[in-house]
Amino acid sequence: MSVAPAEVDLPKSTDKPVSDKPWVTIVWNDPVNLMSYVTYVFQQVFGYPKKKATRLMLDVHHKGKAVVAAGAREAMEHNVEILHGYGLWATVMHDK
Amino acid sequence: MRAWLAAPEASLLRSLVGQVLTLIAPDGDGPAPGSWNNVADLEAELDAPPSKHDPAEQQSPPTTPDDAVLARLLPDGYRDDPDAAGEFRKYTEPGLRSAKQQAALQMLDTLPDQGGRIQLTSEQAQAWLKALNDVRLALGVRLDVTEDFEQQWTKLDREDPQWAAYEVYAWLGAVQESLVQALA
Repeated sequence: MSVAPAEVDLPKSTDKPVSDKPWVTIVWNDPVNLMSYVTYVFQQVFGYPKKKATRLMLDVHHKGKAVVAAGAREAMEHNVEILHGYGLWATVMHDK
Repeated sequence: MRAWLAAPEASLLRSLVGQVLTLIAPDGDGPAPGSWNNVADLEAELDAPPSKHDPAEQQSPPTTPDDAVLARLLPDGYRDDPDAAGEFRKYTEPGLRSAKQQAALQMLDTLPDQGGRIQLTSEQAQAWLKALNDVRLALGVRLDVTEDFEQQWTKLDREDPQWAAYEVYAWLGAVQESLVQALA
């Protein structure tokens, strides 16, 4: 971990690349949720275009899990809460 | 969107959604009695009285539900961090139970007793999608469904009491798929 200089303009969170953000929303594969449904939920919840939502769904399906969003911890917890409402198996993780 | 259900299908859906409703009631603290292994059990459980709760038990910090179905419907928000998972559950589980209950009730409200033509607003269709999915999750856990669901089903003898439950599970998947296609 590094220490930031005392006076520096912190970048806006939206300017940071996804991999730099410390908290992530993970969706885990499960045998019940339909592929079409998972894609639909990603579009609904995150506003992702169908292509991106489909790619994430396939990552979940083939790799067992996928990072579907990154950002502040509170925002990730909010995501997980909504995804649980849709019946997706989602967790928050600190992306160390 | 429009849908059409035969009377027995409507009755089956009503029974299954009612079963989930019993499980996830905001004051519920455990599994409903019996099993989901055949449809007759499900129907019988619907009429079972709700279990009494021990008031002291409700004071304890929230943990992952012991019942596998409930644990799937109300999953942990953190893996490998029981403290964070407990905190998350404390703040989100009541709302999640209530949201699932609302979806189930909304589906029951728009599901005609005798089946027939069903007309849903997009908001109502969303509720159907969520409530149906909860039923599929519950049944999937009880049947121990894997990615090789078709194979599991094929291996069963038609006389096996689970065979009918697998058929219901497959049918629910088809209904869910058609709902997604209609909404997407």
